[in-house]
Amino acid sequence: MSDLELSNRAVAGRSLPRPPRIGTVLALAFVAFLAVATFAPGLLQTTDPDAIAPRDAFEPPSWAHWFGTDESGRDVYSRVVEGTAASLLIGVSATAIGLALGLLLGGLAGLGGRVLDFAVGRVNEVLFAFPGILLALLIIVLWGPGPVTATIAVGLSTAPGYARIIRGELVRVRTSSYVEAARVLGHGRARVLVRHILPNALAPLVVLATLGIGQAVVWASALSYLGLGAQPPAAEWGAMLSAGRIYITTAWWLTVFPGLMIVVTTITTTMLGRTLAARDGSRR
Amino acid sequence: MSGGEPVRPDPGPVTAPDAPVLDVAGLSVAFRDGRGWREVVHGLDLSVAAGTCVAVVGESGSGKSVTARAVLGLAGAGARVRADRLDVAGADLRRADERDWRRMRGARAGLVLQDALVSLDPLRTIGREIGDPLRLHLRMPPAAARSRALELLELVGMPHPALTVDRRSGELSGGMRQRALIAAALALDPPLLIADEPTTALDVGVQARVLGLLEAARDRGTAVLLISHDLAVVSRMADRVVVLHDGRVVEQGPTAELLGDPRHPITRALIAAVPTEVPRGAPLSLAPHGADAATADRPPGPAPAATSAPGLPSSGPPGAPVTATRPPILEGLGLTKSFGSGPTRVLAVQDASFRIEPGRTLGLVGESGSGKSTLARLVLGLTAPDAGEVRLDGGPWTTLPERGRRPLRRRLGAVYQDAFGSFDPRWSVRRILRDALAAAGAETSDAAVAVLLDQVRLAPGVSAQHPLALSGGQRQRVAIARALAGSPDVLVCDEPVSALDATVQARVLDLLDEIQRERGLAMLFISHDLGVIRHMSDTIAVMRSGRIIEQGDAERVFTAPEHEATAALIRDSPRLVIRGPGSNR
Repeated sequence: MSDLELSNRAVAGRSLPRPPRIGTVLALAFVAFLAVATFAPGLLQTTDPDAIAPRDAFEPPSWAHWFGTDESGRDVYSRVVEGTAASLLIGVSATAIGLALGLLLGGLAGLGGRVLDFAVGRVNEVLFAFPGILLALLIIVLWGPGPVTATIAVGLSTAPGYARIIRGELVRVRTSSYVEAARVLGHGRARVLVRHILPNALAPLVVLATLGIGQAVVWASALSYLGLGAQPPAAEWGAMLSAGRIYITTAWWLTVFPGLMIVVTTITTTMLGRTLAARDGSRR
Repeated sequence: MSGGEPVRPDPGPVTAPDAPVLDVAGLSVAFRDGRGWREVVHGLDLSVAAGTCVAVVGESGSGKSVTARAVLGLAGAGARVRADRLDVAGADLRRADERDWRRMRGARAGLVLQDALVSLDPLRTIGREIGDPLRLHLRMPPAAARSRALELLELVGMPHPALTVDRRSGELSGGMRQRALIAAALALDPPLLIADEPTTALDVGVQARVLGLLEAARDRGTAVLLISHDLAVVSRMADRVVVLHDGRVVEQGPTAELLGDPRHPITRALIAAVPTEVPRGAPLSLAPHGADAATADRPPGPAPAATSAPGLPSSGPPGAPVTATRPPILEGLGLTKSFGSGPTRVLAVQDASFRIEPGRTLGLVGESGSGKSTLARLVLGLTAPDAGEVRLDGGPWTTLPERGRRPLRRRLGAVYQDAFGSFDPRWSVRRILRDALAAAGAETSDAAVAVLLDQVRLAPGVSAQHPLALSGGQRQRVAIARALAGSPDVLVCDEPVSALDATVQARVLDLLDEIQRERGLAMLFISHDLGVIRHMSDTIAVMRSGRIIEQGDAERVFTAPEHEATAALIRDSPRLVIRGPGSNR
């Protein structure tokens, strides 16, 4: 190693324990908001999200109705809060399904020997050939629309990506010299797997999962928007977008606010994922 | 010189014949550190005259590389460079901006770096890599640049230049890449050539040829600034030596005088660290270091622990038949291993046989790719031989199934070149050592960890550290401690000091030597460095293309090599030559 690199690393090392950045703080605050909206929406809502008031229909944003009202006079802000649980549930469950399946396929490919690696690899390539959303549509066509199907569909279509990353990590760690060192010490296969291979290969999954939730929320909303996920009376962000679409020229707030929630949720999870990734990277 | 008339573009201000090509005074370099600046080079003076070679030596962190880069304006965006004088070939570069630097680099000063693989663009052919400076600085048409590149490749002794010119760096060997890089640096025939550890990663044969090239450039009138931590390399070609420590010049002078009569302790330590001429068993590092003081009162020679191997000859009379009388702890019998199949099949190890007695070291030496590391993996039972077997303490080893080998594994310890990579990145030193103790079925208390650390002369406080926070030498000590956790009979060391600085290397070698004497350990010591091998080994095996071409008592192999390739290896390996003052060059 050259002297230059050494000194650079010394400099970087000293500035490590710095205070969290403002973006991270904002992201964490928004996550807290989402958590409350999911588990106790009543704390944040100003009115009953399903209360109909035809007289107040199509009110623009005001003090009384922060995000305005919809065609039935329902408060858009309260509905957006109400929809958080549904949207996030779909996003988180879909990510969990994708990760679980990715772990299974990636684990088989990465640890199961050459034949399994080849087989899983080819299956994965076939799945990769379809755009994810197309695969999701195919599954919905087979099993009928609805939030559960949408969740499974999004989960399945993200699995090949996870599988590939997990396989790569497993292979990287399995062939690393610290795993070899553990074998030389006389540790058994199971112990090496549990102590070295799994923790090191799966640590990046936390990052992947966080990044994946944002993506899954977007996909689930897209399916709901197309009428293939949560159905319109439900206060789900994608469904709200879909319902507000026909009034987009007269009542912009019907689509802008649910859309904003999707965008900000995605940005937030991506940012947190990046922060986690950076921290993970600096530890290695 | 076959390259025709030297092309000297943009001659710039004409310099007086004896004015130095590189003239630096009061150079200081600082890096941003939080809000302030941390100065790593403090007021350095340096000058190199045409046709001479000045070597800057020092440990890593002494500021050698930063100095070389600062002189070329490459210290980096975060660096602050100040100098009272900074002249390269007569041009004042104190106020130079990026454009001035670009014009200067290549034309006035060429740079040769240690790692030629990353210094060459993997997507461009060697011909373009060399021809580009010609086209850029001289506006040479492509065809002319190509033919000049061919001439340069011939000049640096590239095999088959006509073919190589169209190859990319990934298709060349390390030595060929380094020669291509030197050709590129010489393309514009710059008056100054800066070589930063140009031979560190190379095999001795290639190393000798690369040094020969630099010497030839110097003899043609180029000023050469050589940055190195290896005094053996420096003693061969430098006219003057500047010793750096903590960014300051601690001593400088003509090579012969400085090496023959070193004044400063840092210079003495650097000289003592060169292992070639130091007899087996004698320490390489001068002062007791750190926790070493605890062992300073131990009598020299075999420690009492070595009595476990009765009749142990301290270094073995040359050619003595002792080897046949005592049963070997480790024995290789006709080991063969190949990789791949069909036409691409490579025989990595071919019919290799050897034996190591308790308390003795077998040094395994050879160029990279000769099969040394494969042999180590066979010995460690990490890969199965195609034919032959390794026997451990008279019993089977490689023929056992992995399940049967596992309980025996603690009898073999391994130390690798990349100690850091051999640690789980999430683990602290304590966890690493506890894990090793657990594998051997030993007690895993903090006290046991402290005992292990003490054996490698590390303070018990190190156990709380993460390897990331340790220096290269400390990491290798932790790796040795881990290898000792199972109280092994044999230690397999695969290039254990190749990644370390000369002085750190000396301390780690001394440590291995001490531990061997204390415990009567047998060692398989692998290195490409003949100096290290000679210092560490009782017997030596020389490998080439997978075969052990020569094997025997260490002194016999060095003084009377039987195989021609061994003789060439010994001839090419740089050694510290200390001539009397006044007889320089």
